[in-house]
Order: sequence, then structure tokens, then C-alpha cells
Amino acid sequence: MTIKIGGEAGMGVESGGAGLVKALTRGGLYVFAFQDYMSRIRGGHNFFQIRVNTQELYGFTDDVHLLIAFTKDCIERHKNEVVKGGAIIYDEALGYDAASITELGITPCPIPLTKLATEIGGHRIMANTCALGATAGITGYDFERIKDIIETNFRKKGEDVIAKNIAVAKAGYDAAHDKYAKDFQFKLETVNTNPAQRRMVLHGNQAIGLGAIAGGCKFISAYPMTPATSIFEYITSKANKYGIVSKQTEDELAAILFAIGANHAGVRGMTCTSGGGFSLMVEALGLASITETPLVIAEVQRGGPSTGLPTRTEQPDLEFVIFCSQGETPRIVIAPSTIEECYEMGWRAFNLAEKYQCPVIILSDLYLSSHLRSIDKSRFDIVNTPVDRGDLLTNKQLDSITNYKRHAFTESGISPRAIPGHRNGVYVTTSDEHTEDGYAVEEAEPRNKMMEKRMHKYDAALQEMKAPELYGDKDAEITFVCWGSPYGAVREAVDTLRKNKTKANLLKFTDLWPFPADKARPFLEKAKYLIAVENNFTAQLASLIRRCTGIEVDSKILKYSGRPFSSEEILARLKKEAEVHV
Amino acid sequence: MSNAETASKTTFKLDDYQSPEYSTWCPGCGDFPILKCLKESLMAQEIGPHQVMIVSGIGCGSKLPYYIRANGYNSLHGRALPIAQAIKLANHALKVVAVTGDGDGLGIGGNHFLHAMRRNPDITHLIENNQIYGLTKGQASPTSDKGFITSTSPEGCIESAVNPIALGIACGATFIARTSSGDPKHLTEIITRAMKHKGYSLIDVLQPCVTFNKVNTYQWYKQRIYNVETQPDYKPTDRQWAFSKALEWGDKIPVGVIYQDTTLPTYEDQVPVIKELPLVQQEFNGRVKQDAEKFKEAFC
Repeated sequence: MTIKIGGEAGMGVESGGAGLVKALTRGGLYVFAFQDYMSRIRGGHNFFQIRVNTQELYGFTDDVHLLIAFTKDCIERHKNEVVKGGAIIYDEALGYDAASITELGITPCPIPLTKLATEIGGHRIMANTCALGATAGITGYDFERIKDIIETNFRKKGEDVIAKNIAVAKAGYDAAHDKYAKDFQFKLETVNTNPAQRRMVLHGNQAIGLGAIAGGCKFISAYPMTPATSIFEYITSKANKYGIVSKQTEDELAAILFAIGANHAGVRGMTCTSGGGFSLMVEALGLASITETPLVIAEVQRGGPSTGLPTRTEQPDLEFVIFCSQGETPRIVIAPSTIEECYEMGWRAFNLAEKYQCPVIILSDLYLSSHLRSIDKSRFDIVNTPVDRGDLLTNKQLDSITNYKRHAFTESGISPRAIPGHRNGVYVTTSDEHTEDGYAVEEAEPRNKMMEKRMHKYDAALQEMKAPELYGDKDAEITFVCWGSPYGAVREAVDTLRKNKTKANLLKFTDLWPFPADKARPFLEKAKYLIAVENNFTAQLASLIRRCTGIEVDSKILKYSGRPFSSEEILARLKKEAEVHV
Repeated sequence: MSNAETASKTTFKLDDYQSPEYSTWCPGCGDFPILKCLKESLMAQEIGPHQVMIVSGIGCGSKLPYYIRANGYNSLHGRALPIAQAIKLANHALKVVAVTGDGDGLGIGGNHFLHAMRRNPDITHLIENNQIYGLTKGQASPTSDKGFITSTSPEGCIESAVNPIALGIACGATFIARTSSGDPKHLTEIITRAMKHKGYSLIDVLQPCVTFNKVNTYQWYKQRIYNVETQPDYKPTDRQWAFSKALEWGDKIPVGVIYQDTTLPTYEDQVPVIKELPLVQQEFNGRVKQDAEKFKEAFC
């Protein structure tokens, strides 16, 4: 079932939603939740949509079973999404015309949320806690889970705050349970409340941060930009305890340059931003490439161009991050499509960056950065994080080195890297074309050799770029092609098709540049009908596939409204575009 | 990289800083004395080539790292300061010197300049100020005087010049000095004092561009500069006094240490993570692995 909570910014939609997500997850249920918010701090209309099931979930559905509305506007906007037999819980004080809800076959459930919050808790802000209780009340969910989450969330605020919130939640619970539970058919039941088996609830940005920390990230420099900021905030929250220097810089130019400086000095450093900030970073991307400085950049895409849609999702920057920069400069681009992959790429990016001594871009997107899923702890193997620092010279090796050349020509194109500070590892490097020992040069021969050395890194990197991952039937009638966050909805669309006896599969691309053409070609050639699903206008992955393999997709399902795909939408558009009977 | 390596005091000879590269600077360029004085200062301070990191931007003067044997990073036009600050944060055992030109450091790199100063990182910023763009062959710079005629200001500059000294005082730089490449002895002394200062030290080095700036020559500077430190009212700890000196320009140009505040902590002093050891010498991810379950629990 799906629960949607909506109201103005500042009304506690997000905190109430997040509380419910945790309360459900702690009951052993699987949750998929996402937020829709505006670029403002107060007012407007925000919502939090929570889908809950006993099976693992990868996306949301359009149908809503229970709507929790803090404003009239919220009821107006979303009442048509509520299924017949569903219910709308709203504040009695809104004075909403209940008959207009009943007309739709939905149960209106007015509850004095604010009144109970004020009378019992002493503050109207607790109306969201009251709604949380009411949600449990109408669905029959164990109130202990609500109590438990209030205790966790308000632990730092003291006993009194906890007691008041529990009392308010209980009042909401009783009101909804006594009056509306009997006629509400959608119920929630705990499956497993063993604290040792609790699942994690996190979003993609936290996962990138967690992966980076696990992978030995020691330095992060960034300039706040939605939707990348929460990577910066997460890593910063762990900085003092785990020996990480966190630096907010004056702009994105400085953000990437600080990260380059830190890497040059020998620590793993990263920056994070969105497309607009990345535009400013392009200059220094080339610097990292030509000086062969390892660098990790997390670029969390949002709706563009320019300021675009600051709080909306899109995948418009794939070609930009692959091809930007004056001159031809190697870089690696990897794009997670799940929260687990965000984690993995958080540490893997550092390994790639140090191994190939070039920038690595983790290309995520807003939807991935903000939706929440319940995930088993075992999928985050922090203890066994693989670490590969590449050809990094130890002090011992340096002790016996004479005439060190930072950019020495080697077969692999990778030159052993010395961390500055050792007597035998003194070198200069430069943004100018240079010799093996880092001095600027303009002659043709060394230029050619140095250019080839740098660009040949692609040959080696290509070996470890992953093939697209196939999900679904081996011999499918329909093959979806996707990357990034649309994966979840596409996966559920494949599941639905297969359930309805249409053979379908999907190819999920994660390693996008250098493009693993030889690994992708067999999959693409085998496909009978290829459909690209992307959150952009120009089908950039499809273009990349054509550019690198000569294979043209048969059809495209594109969306650039700033909203994520649901599986229902993909299936509806598939039906329309391919005239396939679903 | 090890503590012993960076902390060891050895005597160094001028030859130890000798780069195999030949300079591309014009004969008589004001950059030559700067290079020579920097080497002499490092030698005097017993800082070896491996114990210092020289970060530069782009421009004639920013080629300096090629001509000295020392750790060097010749970065992008205007971008030396962020890299220099990060290197200091990642390995504060290294002495860090940022070398920029006037267009480099005060024009395209202006925003970095403002913010570096308010942070007080323990780095030295040497501005090779010749009041003109040399490498692009003679255009107006942010420090070109009003009325200065160049190919891009044929009627004379109509903007007033950036005043790095005044800006430094306003933005919180804790060591601000001016010197000139026409007085190598003073230049060396100022570099040494700047590098010994704990915190951000700014050196505005007046230097001629012998090829493109026919106004601000060795002679022009020589006629105007006077050592502010020998004046009876010398009060470098007084911000008001320093500001009044910063505004002097024209017939009389003060050189010497104009402002110094030794009471403020450096940026690095205030980062708890690097209190004990330089970041680059710290453990990799052992503590994170130890606390793996705690990290996960926090999301449950």
C-alpha cells in the first residue's frame, strides 16, 4: 500500500514521513519512499510518498491508499490519486467538504490534529506526530513501533518532549482507530521486530558518503548545491571522529581545486556538486587530467539548464560530463542506479582515480539522492572494502630511487606516484604539456608521447568497466535500456510484463565512460526491441550507445518534467509507443 | 613524507635548489631576483627542496616552479591559492608558498584571494606585481595605474587599481609586506620573515616588466620606495596605521612589513583532525572498519 503525506514546507511533512518510514522498517516491512519538494523553506506544497510491502521494493506506484493532508491544497491536488476504498486523514479544523471526498468512493477522516497537538503536547507543530499516530491507528499498525521511533528521534530533546509526543501520537492513534479503522481495508502488520535484524533506511547521497568514508576518503571540499549537499553534510558529520578534513569553499572552482590539492598531497579527496557547480569545475577537471592527479567528483544531476529545476530530478548531464573540457582529457564516468550502487561507487571511485591517476565522476541524480529504501545491512560490506591505491610509491621504495620522474613513460601509461615530502620524490608538475619530469614542453615528439600516455589509460580502464547488467528474461521480446535512478521503475515494469506473460528484460548501464562497447554489444545485438528509458530530452545514453557501437535503439521513453518515472507510466507509454499489448 | 624526513634539519647549498631548466624570462626581468631570493631564503631557513611546496598560477612569474628544484605545482591561471591551502591542510609538515602574478592573483583569482586571507592559512603568498600582463604581451592588469596606456587601454586605464595591501588589511591577512625585486637583500629578508610568520603572509613584490611596462621601471620604483620600518611612527600591529600606509601610492611608496598580527590562530590550528599528525600521515580507514556496525546502526 501507499501512504502520501502532504502539506506546506515547515509543517513537518518530511520529518513525519521519515519517522513513518523508520517505524515501518523497524517492523520488518520493506519501504520505498520519496519526497517532492519545492525550492523554498516555508509554504508551497511538499509531499512525502511511502510505499510499503512485505517484498522488497524498487519504485513507487501512482495509486495512493491513504492520504495524510495538512492543507486543503494537498487534498485538492492528490484526492484523485486515492483508490476507491482509500481514505484521507486531514485536520478537522480545515473544514474540508467531506461530501466531495465521499463522492470519489474515499473515506474522509477528519481528526482534530492541531487541537490534539496543542492540548496534549502544548504545541501545534506536533500535529505531524498526531498524524503519525493516526496513520498507525487507521491501518492497525502496532503503536509500539510509533512509540519506539519517537523515542529514537527525540532522544536528544529529553524525556518531557518524548512523553508529550507519545501522548499526542496516542491521541491521534485512538481517534483514527476508534472512528475509522473498522471501515479501512488496507492494513499494516509488523513482520519482524528483532532489533538485530533491522534494515537500514538511507538515500543515495548518504550511501555515496558512506562508501567514500569506507574507502578512506580523508578530505572533502564543496560548495553547497542542491541536490549534492547531503553528501557533503554526511561526510562532514563524521569528519572529526574519523580523521576527515571537510572544507566549505568560496565557490565550486575552489571546491574542486582544494580536492585536487589534497590528492596531490597524498590523501584521498573528493568534491560534490550538481550540474551548475560542475560547469565551474570543468576548468580544473582538465588540470587534474594533465597533472595526472587522482580526483573524485560526485555530480548529482538536477533539472537544467542553468538554475533550471533546483529540486527536481533529471539526467541531463551524461554527455556533458563525458565530453566537457578544452583539449582531450581522460576521465572515468560511473553512474549508480540504486542506493547500494551509490555506496559501492563511493569507494570504487577512489580506487579507479588512484589506479588511473585521473578524475572519476560519480554521476548520480536527484531522485537517487533523495528517495529512501529499506535495505539489508549485509549489502554494505564496510569491513571488506577493497582498497587499491594504484602505483603509489612507499617511503621505502623512494629511499632507493634516484632521478624520479613523476610522468615517466611506462607500458601501462601509469607513472609511479610519489607523495610530496620525500627527499627522493621531489618533482614539479604543470598544467602545461610537459616532459616526463614535469617541465613544460612544446616540441612535437614529447607532446605526442605524453598525449598517447594519458589517453592510453582508457585502454587499461576499459578492461574493468563493467558490462551492462541484464535483469529479466534471457530471450525477451522487449529490452529496456536504462541508467541511473529510472532503473527501479524499469525493473518493476519488467516484473509486471513478465507477470502478464510478456518476455521482457532490461540492460542497466553503470560504467559509462570509457564506454564498454565490446561488453555491451553482444547484449544489444541480441535484443529484439530496444527501448531507452531516460530522464532527459535527448536520450543521451541511446546516443552514446549509437556513437560507440553503431546500434540504434528502436524506441525511447523520455521524461524531462523534473518528475521520476513510475512503472505504470513506463508501461502506459510502452503500450502507446511500441503498440505492444501489455 | 615521514615526520623524521620533514622535521630533520640539514644544511642546504644553493646548488640543491638548482633546476635543470633554463628560464624563458626576458633578460633583466624582475622575476630573476625573486627566484634567486626565494632560493636564498629557503637555504637560510634550512628548508630543503622536499620540505616546501611551491604552487603557482599561470603567467611569466608563475613559471617559477620550473626554475627551482623543489616540490612544485604549476596550476591554472588564478587558481594557485585553493591548491596551496589544500596542500597545507593535507600535509601541514610542508612549507607552502603560493606564487602568483598581479592579474593571476588579483584579477582572475580575486575571489580566492579574499577568502584565503580571511581563513589565515599558514601559507606565504608572493605576488609578482608588475602592473601589466606580460605573457600575453602587454595588456592592462588589475594593478595598472589609472591612465596607464596599453593595447587594451589605448586611452589609458579608466579603472582605479586594486590595492593588494589595503585589501589584505580589510580581509584579515595577518602578515602584509611590500618589497621590490630591485632590492634583493630586502626581498630575501621579507620572504624569510613572511615564511616564518604563522598564518597567511602576503608579499607584494613590485617588479618591472622590462619588455612591456615602460612606465613602472626599476628606476621608477627606486625613486619612490622608502622603508616604512625605519620611520619613527612605525606601528605594524595597528590596523588603522597600517591602512593609512596601505593607501600611500604615487610619489612615495612604502615597503617593509606594513601589518602583522601574531595573536591569531592559523586555519590549520583550528582543524581538530590535524592537531596531532598531518592528515597524509594518519591511518587509512581502520577506525571506520572497526565502527562498521555503528555506521550501519545509525541508519536503522
